[in-house]
Amino acid sequence: MTTLTRNATAAERTLGRPVRRRGQSDMKVALFFIAPAMIGFIVFYLVPTLRGIYLSFTEYSILGDPTWIGTANYEAIGKDPLFWNALAVTTQYVLINIVLQTALALGLALLMHRVAKSTLIRGTLLLPYLMANVIAALLWFWLLDYQIGIVNYFIDALGMPKVAFFGSEEWAIPTQALINTWRHMGYTALLIFAGLQAIPGHVYEVANLDGASPWQTFRKITMPLLRPVLALVLIVTIIGSFQVFDTVAVTTQGGPVNASRVLQFYIYQKAFTESDFGYGSALAVILFVILALVAFIQMKFLKGNESDLD
Amino acid sequence: MNKKKALGSLAAAAAAVLALSACGNGGSAEAGKGEINYWLWDANQLPAYKQCADDFHKANPDITVKVTQRGWDDYWGTLTNGFVAGTAPDVFTDHLAKYPEFVKNKQILALDDAVKKDNIDTGAYNSGLADLWVGQDGKRYGLPKDWDTIALFYNKKLAADAGVTPEQMASLTWNPQDGGTYEKTIAHLTVDKNGKRGDEPGFDKDNVAVYGLGLNGSGSGQGQTEWSYLTGTTGWTHTDKNPWGTHFNYDDPKFQQSIDWFAGLAQKGYMPKLETTVGASMADTFAAGKSVINAHGSWMIGQYTGYKDIQVGIAPTPTGVNGKRSSMYNGLADSIYAGTKKPEAAVKWVEYLGSAACQDVVASKAVVFPAIKSSADKAVDAFKAKGVDVTPFSQQVKDGTTFLFPIADKAAKVDGIMKPAMDAVVSGKAPASSLTQANDQVNALFK
Repeated sequence: MTTLTRNATAAERTLGRPVRRRGQSDMKVALFFIAPAMIGFIVFYLVPTLRGIYLSFTEYSILGDPTWIGTANYEAIGKDPLFWNALAVTTQYVLINIVLQTALALGLALLMHRVAKSTLIRGTLLLPYLMANVIAALLWFWLLDYQIGIVNYFIDALGMPKVAFFGSEEWAIPTQALINTWRHMGYTALLIFAGLQAIPGHVYEVANLDGASPWQTFRKITMPLLRPVLALVLIVTIIGSFQVFDTVAVTTQGGPVNASRVLQFYIYQKAFTESDFGYGSALAVILFVILALVAFIQMKFLKGNESDLD
Repeated sequence: MNKKKALGSLAAAAAAVLALSACGNGGSAEAGKGEINYWLWDANQLPAYKQCADDFHKANPDITVKVTQRGWDDYWGTLTNGFVAGTAPDVFTDHLAKYPEFVKNKQILALDDAVKKDNIDTGAYNSGLADLWVGQDGKRYGLPKDWDTIALFYNKKLAADAGVTPEQMASLTWNPQDGGTYEKTIAHLTVDKNGKRGDEPGFDKDNVAVYGLGLNGSGSGQGQTEWSYLTGTTGWTHTDKNPWGTHFNYDDPKFQQSIDWFAGLAQKGYMPKLETTVGASMADTFAAGKSVINAHGSWMIGQYTGYKDIQVGIAPTPTGVNGKRSSMYNGLADSIYAGTKKPEAAVKWVEYLGSAACQDVVASKAVVFPAIKSSADKAVDAFKAKGVDVTPFSQQVKDGTTFLFPIADKAAKVDGIMKPAMDAVVSGKAPASSLTQANDQVNALFK
């Protein structure tokens, strides 16, 4: 709201006259411009979401009609050990992925900001992100293969025991979290880099004059001023991270045993493999609620909608 | 996904409009001609069925068949989408694990009238194959096209190096206590990094260069190629009756003892650990000379004999507890989509696919065993002409030592429970007795 008012006053100042009150006639024009996004939103998001919520209260095998069963799906989920397992596995994935990814991306962004000014190097950091998720997963699936992968070949050559990166229960999730860290790190760094560029140079000059050490500058100036951008980046990446699916689907498919049966894959398994669309929808609604809560808490906690740059 | 579905329903609506208008012009005449769509998943069989389609078109000039091949992984999802959108192929290759659900949801047509009207002799098929496709309602939902059994592929050179003769390979014995000569041979064929064999003192089970037996996976609830050829000799069956069992027997001590033995091979270092098999396929590691014996299905003959520089022998599965061999016996068939616009043409095509004319063509390509007895014999000859003796596969059918693929409702849900449970056992994380709990979960599905 504050931003809106400020923009309005700024507009008033530049135009040198009060902004014309919006008339009824603008409504049509506005609708015209909003329509493409609105239609897409309604057809691809709103309707499927509402239908998904409806289906979560039914038993539905896609062929045939849904039957209303009330909250039976949710009650079954509460008692389903695989759901709780999926939640734990997904959380483990998100923690590894987000902590590493954000830390590395912040480091890269600082390097891009301060050291690597060449567009070529900055562009190279983004390369893994240009690769499709499935391709990245398959690439690493082969590189890290136990029998014929080159990584295990070198590990073996160094005299260390080979690692079943995808096959062992301990490694399956960390491996996939690292693959996606590798893929998304450059992109996240780019977002943070944009945030760094928005910090005015004079703040740093003043800090420099006052004799602040680089660490102090980072802690007292860069981090607080970067907070809104960092909050946004965290919200977007955490939501994305919770929705990990493609990597699991093309590599371990939930296994070994249940070690990589993340929530999204479990939803897919229930709905599309076992034709239990009601149960799958209920799981999806729960994921939706979890993500909404996580985003809300982050916004509140990190004050992502306010800036200290005033 | 959503977009696809929206487009699909649009297409379905359009098709419905077309269908309505077609009815106005006398739909019955249209039902017997035009283009029909046919799907299959095995790329190896595509040339054979393309030729069948051409021959069929020559005999029935007003019907053309469009053959489409889709990989197994996409096949069933695309088919289900097609059912929902009304755009599924008129005729498609069907699997025993899948068709019960299609019958339940009324997505495939019963063929009884056509079989009666056109005097199709279901006795021409290898015994039992036609019966697999009779649903719980007593109606027939597919005409058999081929069958498969299990045998042992082995690396002839590595076996000869170990002094194991083809005769020995053909007369292996097995029991769940000490594994019989099957385990002895597997142990002897295993070689560690220092060149020590699995049955020699000082064998290092943690540094194995060549495994005696390859591992494909845990086998989930069926163990088709992994362990069912062993458990089948103990008198154990997957379900209380087959087809249409409603009670599973994974809690049977006979079964659990056999699985404990199987999982034990990995602990002894004679078989790769399950965790190392995620990724590269068993057949490819066999080609790389990293395992000597691979138990696998007859549909893999082409792949195993196709590897350059590897001499592959084929041996029958070992004789087991009951003194006989055993193999799961699985059969595919062609089914007709209930929503087809051209049921008469579709029936004609299915009957042609199930006839000796088409199955002889398939036989001549030497890729699978056709369902018709005389055609299957021709396939054996065609394999022989290629220099491959496939009698270890066909002998079990002749000797009657096969048992049918377990057909039951809710196959996907059973798999959802049994896959992780069996993974845990074969990887050594849990004893086979833990399968009793999984069995309770599976049986609860049928209550």
